[in-house]
Amino acid sequence: MPAVPFEYAAPATLTEALELLSTRGEDAKPLAGGQSLVPMLTLRLARPAIVVDLDRLRELRTVRRDNGMLEIGALVRHGAIERGEGALGACPLLQEAAPLIGNVRVRALGTIGGSVAHADPAAEFPAVVRALDGTVVAQSARGRREIAAADFFVGILTTALQPGELVVGILLPVPGARTGSAIEEFSRRVGDFAIAAAAAVVELDAAGRVARARVAMAGVGPVPQRLTRVEEALTGETPTGDTIRKALAARPLEIEPDGDVHASAAYRRHLAGVLAARALDRAAARAAGSVGP
Amino acid sequence: MTELRIAFTLNGKRREHRVAAHRTLLDVLRDDLGAVEVKEGCGEGVCGTCTVLLDGEPVSSCLVLAGRVDGREIVTLRGLSDGEALHPLQAAFVEHGAAQCGFCTPGMILTAYAFLRDNPQAGRAEIRRAIAGNLCRCTGYTKIVDAIAACAKRAAPRG
Repeated sequence: MPAVPFEYAAPATLTEALELLSTRGEDAKPLAGGQSLVPMLTLRLARPAIVVDLDRLRELRTVRRDNGMLEIGALVRHGAIERGEGALGACPLLQEAAPLIGNVRVRALGTIGGSVAHADPAAEFPAVVRALDGTVVAQSARGRREIAAADFFVGILTTALQPGELVVGILLPVPGARTGSAIEEFSRRVGDFAIAAAAAVVELDAAGRVARARVAMAGVGPVPQRLTRVEEALTGETPTGDTIRKALAARPLEIEPDGDVHASAAYRRHLAGVLAARALDRAAARAAGSVGP
Repeated sequence: MTELRIAFTLNGKRREHRVAAHRTLLDVLRDDLGAVEVKEGCGEGVCGTCTVLLDGEPVSSCLVLAGRVDGREIVTLRGLSDGEALHPLQAAFVEHGAAQCGFCTPGMILTAYAFLRDNPQAGRAEIRRAIAGNLCRCTGYTKIVDAIAACAKRAAPRG
């Protein structure tokens, strides 16, 4: 079905785009890679009065590495992240997550800013940004602000963005020495949305004990959820298959899975524990093997 | 409603076109330009039947708004051969019986084309992963993988 007709603007500068988004408010919808928004338009689930196409905004396609931080422009495509182009190779967790997204066509056009702003509960990049304690950079005609990932994801397809605000970039810390990361996902077929996924980051101290562990889950709650109790239980432990599984089993995981046609809530809860354990296993092994800077 | 003037290259030929901004590249190709080798399947970017190459990369033409192709280069299945001889991938699909109803074939071949261009030595497992986003409801994929793998092998150095 064709989309409901809309006005279309493809501004050449970010300033123009933000001006349009500000004057048109909730009538406007920004278009990044279009891999979620265009189907919503043609299914008529979204009926904006005006689509503001961001495709010409080259300033949002840059990647900068500065002071231990990676600043990724919102329009950087999944494919570029998958290939680890330029400085993008400095974030192995993001690079490992990229090939899990959709299919090759989605990755050719889909963007990191679009994925984060869309905030699908089963999406990989929101969980990765949450696991890395990343920051979402938002800008409007009134100014620019940085929103911690912990505060950015508010609910299903809902974020802390205000009307007129646009995600312009993502800030991620470049992993230091003795740090490893991994993502584990289960889906019915390659390219399907995750039934559940776990992104883990483990930092070891000089004695090989966990200095800090972080796990973020996708697909088992309205927003990417951190398993803070597991993270605390692992701190100070030597990470082995045993200590990791003990930490996961000690108390119920802080997730709120729903049941649907693909999987029951109980199955998702079981899967979350299994995937978190595997992600932590691999992240810890990589941390132990990493020489670091 | 916004009407756009767009100019792009379709299979090597420059096209100028007036189009309403809410229409997709798939609609323009099929309904306006008669490029019916591009098939409409799910309309949601999942099935891969509407695959075209946009500046060389496979994309779902159903998920590209027409305004996006201004100044860009589009290749459909028809653009792979010169209109006389089959492209080696097309010939391999014929030889291996990789097409049954044929609906997925244009998208499948374009995906395989871009994949082999970037990974000329690919093995069967990589090929299977590469075409995972192109659904075929007839063949069970084995013959499709056979056909693509045959082309990969041909491209490999002999010795």
